[in-house]
Amino acid sequence: MAIRVQAAAFDPGGELNALHAANVGVGAVVGFVGYVRDFNDGQEVGGMFLEHYPGMTEKALEKIAREAEQRWPLLRLEILHRIGRLEPGEPIVFVGTASAHRQAAFDACNFVMDYLKTRAPFWKKEDTQEGPRWVEGRDSDKAAADRWRND
Amino acid sequence: MIRVQYFARYRETLGLDDEALDMASDWTRIDDLRQHLLGRGGAWEVLAERNLMCARNQELCSLDEPLEDGDEVAFFPTVTGG
Repeated sequence: MAIRVQAAAFDPGGELNALHAANVGVGAVVGFVGYVRDFNDGQEVGGMFLEHYPGMTEKALEKIAREAEQRWPLLRLEILHRIGRLEPGEPIVFVGTASAHRQAAFDACNFVMDYLKTRAPFWKKEDTQEGPRWVEGRDSDKAAADRWRND
Repeated sequence: MIRVQYFARYRETLGLDDEALDMASDWTRIDDLRQHLLGRGGAWEVLAERNLMCARNQELCSLDEPLEDGDEVAFFPTVTGG
């Protein structure tokens, strides 16, 4: 697995292609990219700041990745999450999975994102016309994560 | 000594990101520490929020998690990454 937490921008296409490079046993690659939107919760968003818990962030992502590797036969797994200042249109997060067949890659990618949303210590603070505001957690994210329990 | 950290909205509300407290003899769970902090009143009531999350030694935990001298504890609002 590869875990990266970084302030620098990244190229999602390059990350996706790297999951297949040098391993012709990989028959399926799935990638998820999350982007900063310019509108959220009824307000225009001019950018955001992503705070995190240094030390715990990396451990939490590793734990999620290990669980995904135990549940599905993955050949590669990458989680990349940005921190700090982000502008609308920029990628925030990349999760990529590679496996021999598609179902494991699809499911594992979905699982990692659901767990990352609810268990990794990141917090978004958006800039709006009325000033900065903290994004609040959604019950739907918790429900999405809960569906992976004991199934 | 217990190291306590606060993040995001809690950090801003409290005006504090980090503090060190002497472990009290009657603290056995994370919630005992939280009750002590709530006793400070005012802005500290933010720690009574239903969606409060906590971590012990950089792992998510419940408020019933045991607390031991030397632990690093963190309180924060629901996470919103991804």
